Amino acid sequence: MSQTIRFLLDGREVQVTGLPPTTTLLDWLREHAGRSGTKEGCAEGDCGACTVVLADAHEGRLRWQAINACIRFLPTVHGKALFTVESLRAADGALHPAQRAMVDCHGSQCGFCTPGFVMSLFGLYQTQAQPDDSALADALSGNLCRCTGYRPILAAGRQMYALPAPQSTHLPPPAWRDDPAAEADLLARLAALDDGAALRIDHPAGHYLAPRSAADFARQYAEAPHATILAGGTDVGLWVTKQLKPLPLLLHTGAVREFAHVGEYQDARGTWLEIGAAVSLEAAFAALLREYPEATELYRRFASRPIRNSGTLCGNVANGSPIGDSMPALIAVGAEVVLRRGEQLRSLPLEALYLDYRKKDLAAGEFVQAVRIPRRPAQPGFVFRAWKIAKRHDQDISAVFAGFALRLEDGIVADARLAYGGMAGIPRRAAGAEAALRGRALDAATVAGARAALANDFQPLSDMRATAGYRLQVAQNLLTRLQLELQGQFPTRIHDEESRRAAV
Amino acid sequence: MQPSEAVDLAIPADRAAVPAVQGAVGSGLAHESAVLHVTGGAAYIDDQPELRGTLHAAIGLASAAHARIRRIDLAAVRAAPGVVAVLDAASVPGLNDFGPVVHDDPIFASDEVQFHGQALFAVLAEDMRAARHAARLAEVDYEALPALLDVDQALAAGSRVLPDAQLRRGEPEAALAAAPHRLAGSVRHGGQDHFYLETHIAYAIPQEDGTTRVHSSSQHPGEVQLQVAHALGVDAKDVVVECRRMGGGFGGKESQPGQIAAIAAIGARLTGRPVKLRLDRDDDMVLTGKRHDFRIDWEAGFDDDGRLLAVRFMQATRAGYSADLTGAIADRAMFHADNAYYLEHVDILSHRCKTHTVSNTAFRGFGGPQGLFGIEEVIDAVARHLDLDPLAVRKRNYYGLGERDLTPYGQKVEDNVIAELTAELEADCDYAARRAALRAWNAASPVIKRGIALTPVKFGISFTATHLNQAGALLHVYTDGTVLLNHGGTEMGQGLFTKVAQVVAEELQIDVSHIRVTASDTSKVPNASATAASSGADLNGKAAQQAARKIKARLTEFAAARYGVREDQVVFRANRVHIGNAGNGNGTATGKPGAPLSLSFAELAKQAWMGRISLSATGYYRTPKIAYDRETLSGRPFYYYAYGVACSEVAIDTLTGESRVLRTDILHDVGRSLNPAIDLGQVEGGFIQGMGWLTSEELCWSADGRLTTHAPSTYKIPAVSDVPEIFNVRLWERGFNAEDSIFRSKAVGEPPFMLALSVWHAIKDAVAAAADYRVTPQLNAPATPEEILRSLTEARQRDVEPPAGATA
Ligand SMILES: Cc1cc2nc3c(=O)[nH]c(=O)nc-3n(C[C@H](O)[C@H](O)[C@H](O)COP(=O)(O)OP(=O)(O)OC[C@H]3O[C@@H](n4cnc5c(N)ncnc54)[C@H](O)[C@@H]3O)c2cc1C
Ligand code: FES
Ligand code: FES
Repeated sequence: MSQTIRFLLDGREVQVTGLPPTTTLLDWLREHAGRSGTKEGCAEGDCGACTVVLADAHEGRLRWQAINACIRFLPTVHGKALFTVESLRAADGALHPAQRAMVDCHGSQCGFCTPGFVMSLFGLYQTQAQPDDSALADALSGNLCRCTGYRPILAAGRQMYALPAPQSTHLPPPAWRDDPAAEADLLARLAALDDGAALRIDHPAGHYLAPRSAADFARQYAEAPHATILAGGTDVGLWVTKQLKPLPLLLHTGAVREFAHVGEYQDARGTWLEIGAAVSLEAAFAALLREYPEATELYRRFASRPIRNSGTLCGNVANGSPIGDSMPALIAVGAEVVLRRGEQLRSLPLEALYLDYRKKDLAAGEFVQAVRIPRRPAQPGFVFRAWKIAKRHDQDISAVFAGFALRLEDGIVADARLAYGGMAGIPRRAAGAEAALRGRALDAATVAGARAALANDFQPLSDMRATAGYRLQVAQNLLTRLQLELQGQFPTRIHDEESRRAAV
Repeated sequence: MQPSEAVDLAIPADRAAVPAVQGAVGSGLAHESAVLHVTGGAAYIDDQPELRGTLHAAIGLASAAHARIRRIDLAAVRAAPGVVAVLDAASVPGLNDFGPVVHDDPIFASDEVQFHGQALFAVLAEDMRAARHAARLAEVDYEALPALLDVDQALAAGSRVLPDAQLRRGEPEAALAAAPHRLAGSVRHGGQDHFYLETHIAYAIPQEDGTTRVHSSSQHPGEVQLQVAHALGVDAKDVVVECRRMGGGFGGKESQPGQIAAIAAIGARLTGRPVKLRLDRDDDMVLTGKRHDFRIDWEAGFDDDGRLLAVRFMQATRAGYSADLTGAIADRAMFHADNAYYLEHVDILSHRCKTHTVSNTAFRGFGGPQGLFGIEEVIDAVARHLDLDPLAVRKRNYYGLGERDLTPYGQKVEDNVIAELTAELEADCDYAARRAALRAWNAASPVIKRGIALTPVKFGISFTATHLNQAGALLHVYTDGTVLLNHGGTEMGQGLFTKVAQVVAEELQIDVSHIRVTASDTSKVPNASATAASSGADLNGKAAQQAARKIKARLTEFAAARYGVREDQVVFRANRVHIGNAGNGNGTATGKPGAPLSLSFAELAKQAWMGRISLSATGYYRTPKIAYDRETLSGRPFYYYAYGVACSEVAIDTLTGESRVLRTDILHDVGRSLNPAIDLGQVEGGFIQGMGWLTSEELCWSADGRLTTHAPSTYKIPAVSDVPEIFNVRLWERGFNAEDSIFRSKAVGEPPFMLALSVWHAIKDAVAAAADYRVTPQLNAPATPEEILRSLTEARQRDVEPPAGATA
């Protein structure tokens, strides 16, 4: 057990002790490390002013991730390399291409959002060579700017690649340079941080445990079922920064070796992707999209790049918010959760996990060890859609989310799984509408029946995101969209690239 | 995405011969803090190292919209760990008020709560988290009082913060009665949170002898100085307020910082320790004022071509619980009810409604967007009613040149370029052909509908309160020829410091790198107006220019005397001063009278100092020509007008109501640009911010008056994917201010905000397409997906079954 948080800042080791484990990375930077370049714009993960970049070792190479420092607890950077806006300038004072391009393109006005944008651009620079415009927008989806209107920042994002490579001493080259030798130094320093011990912090304000093995994790949680499981902290972080809630005992999934993997699982029913409890949303989506490319819009519109880098799919599923985005899609394709308590394992269809608003079929001390997603069915006639409806394209919470999976045989709906978010206290299937589709041709009359049935399936609520009436109308209209889109006679989307290009 | 590029403005003919100094007027110089911004080196108030003993404050907020406070128990607050002191109304040594105009804004509510979220008390603690935690522990016993939450309730109850106002010309009733066509309607738009990225903050440091220094994120340090002095019960001389830069302001830091600064200053006075108050984002959104939302009822009479013969408006705005700046904002809304259109017979009635909600305040445009919103609604409705292209109707109603050019408030529009701008953009963006193509496309696209609109902006420049149109500057030249510049304006990202430095660089003919602009500071330039009304560069640029000219005149006089030449033989050019044979530039400083020579600016400065010439000057400017009578709402409130046009094309999804801007073309008149890169940034940024106001930014309140959209998770300002796919923004090459403004430039901060009305009307056009252009959509702003879906559903119903009694 180690009580000391150890990580690299600009490649040099930093040791931190004596702070409450819920100290955010942002507060540590600003209040303890004298790094005030990183800003607080919201302290809830929504504005990106606090964006910093982490690097860690992943499959022998450096993995770069832009994250929100404001909701990330300091102990979770243990063992990683941290870079902030102050890290980028070369020893001779030269600006990093991300910085230079921002200056040259007039990408800052008040400048308060700027360090965050610079770090998101740096994160992109380190991970992607020559991104196209949509990849660029994805990388900036978590950064708000109230002054510039973004155009010059997008210009900077394109221009930085045209500038000379940085001649900096401590910044390893971008991953796409494919220069393992140049990464070796930082990798070695990262390796040297790890003495194999689990981090444990005991502070009067609370305790923090980061076990290294699944068995330890399971045992500790079974022994202390009142502990708060901390995965990416993109929900839990806000309990601290916004609700000011004390968290006496945190149990972190992030250091557990076995939880970090996307694996494969096979049983009599077929092959499944198995997404471990500590797999980030970004990595989980990468795997999911290979099977179900129709979920691309879900991926792009799910929070933002930095939130997806920190947050986990299992955290989304375990949190079980009625407006969580992944669950309707996962329920539609028939995903399961693997639950564990001590050494006891069981699996459950995902929809069975949710009993009632914020009530789950989880025993005390039981947790989500993995999500299993069936591989794409081989039969022709499989149709999948995952649609998010929100006020804004980037980083918004859904008013309504729909996940549809159908099997069509000769134009007849052989099977239909329609799952919705935002329509009830839990994400769940629309049994009536499913029944109205099954065994029928997917035509206007059938859809009319399903639409009517949907009104009995759900009694949504009104809130600041949408009224009940809108939610129901849109939920019904998405059935119409499904039918029209499969007909394919005219554009049905404003968010997909194809129809947008066609439109202009 | 096709990005627009920063245009490099050609050097105007009269300056073309002058070898430019670096950063001269007209160059697209980067923001003076750009390198600091990108490296994290730009220090905002919260970034300053904290002094020993600094306390942190947090505010306790009321949880009732309108109530009498029966009892407030702060025992738990006081007992919480880390708490040093608690402040409430009784702790205020001076006046418990921060109202900028009317004294109806208590710093802390004492017996009556007037909005959900009003400040009741403040906690001072050893650290920020302890303060925020303790601030939630108060027990308050409220006796609920009836609450008026929106304009409709306030209108019905006759509730006002200020008297109604009316602006009339001609015979609107008679003209309406005689008009061949008549229409009436009612439309609403929402408020808007500023969402500056830096929340409100003040850091107050007690100084010797009862004086206080306050670092305040403020657009108006001079006002904060007075607000703090009144709260402390001391004189203006005892308070210094400073602001180097804000992380955005947009009007939200015009009157509002007073409360924040006063609380910090009171805490500092009472404890003798420095006090920092930085609002949490959610508290900032709940506690501080927003853009005024309006309901606008209208009636219009017009001819067969859509020419307006008479218009009546009823503008009702939600002021919130206090007056704040509502008077001037509502006045400006009346002054912009014409936009670019000649309204011969007109009646504008303005209600400033008092509600039990946060007190709304200045926001970019300051009533202008609200005024434009109304008249553009009228024009659009008239065009749709007559089945005419709205652009044709717009053009027909534009102010004339030399005729039909008197505004309802009696100011002659003398610098009208709107028709020229419109013609140029219309051709450039291929409006007519695209509109035709789009209609054809819509006919074959039942689900996705596209819309297009081209809308104008005419915006009056000057504070309508005439006395605010003044500014001061302070300029020092050091013996090494470098310059320290200070003026009454504040830097919130708009590039004011950069532009004013460019003015001085141009005047003194020295590189801008030799000039440092320092923090706004009430001890350097006194009694400065707010940096607002888009007038920052106009006023402060002129004041700085005057200071520079004073210095230049002294140096000229000195050089002429010393070298025995005429004053017109002393020429400042490109970091040098040419004496004698002006312009030769190769002479050396022989010191011999009469001989042509050239000195560096630094050399001359040094010589002048040796010659005991003062190298420090103040500059002062007041805007000429303006005069207006608040009683009759007539006169010349504006020095000149700024103009722009925008054309936007959108797509909407008729199944979900989602929308997307596909293309925007903008042509905007900034006169002769002081800095085209900065001006372009203002145009683009203003446009996107306006788009947010009209589309995704929705403020919601619960039935009991609590703001439910108090965080970026629920309040959605535009994000990167909302930028129009094709975004062509151009500054008008022929732009030239008809008035003698600073280098003939035009103010640019606010006008572009209203270019976003093109998006709004394009959305309406798309909604109209959803009902095959047979009915006029009724859409309220913001056009959220829900509002668009509601509107098109309703339009389709009306299309199928016209309402009983409908008339043509
Ligand atoms: C700015 C922002 C935008 C967001 N946008 C979206 C969005 O678009 N769509 C969306 O669906 N969500 C969104 N979220 C919510 C959030 O990102 C997700 O819920 C995320 O997936 C949670 O994962 P995490 O790893 O961060 O969970 P944490 O915050 O670490 O944990 C969340 C909850 O799950 C519990 N938990 C975590 N892991 C396990 C486990 N393995 N077993 C049992 N319990 C566990 C925790 O104890 C906690 O109660 C957003 C959040 C933010 C801050
Ligand atoms: S401060 Fe806004 S995302 Fe972190
Ligand atoms: S530059 Fe001000 S918020 Fe981006």
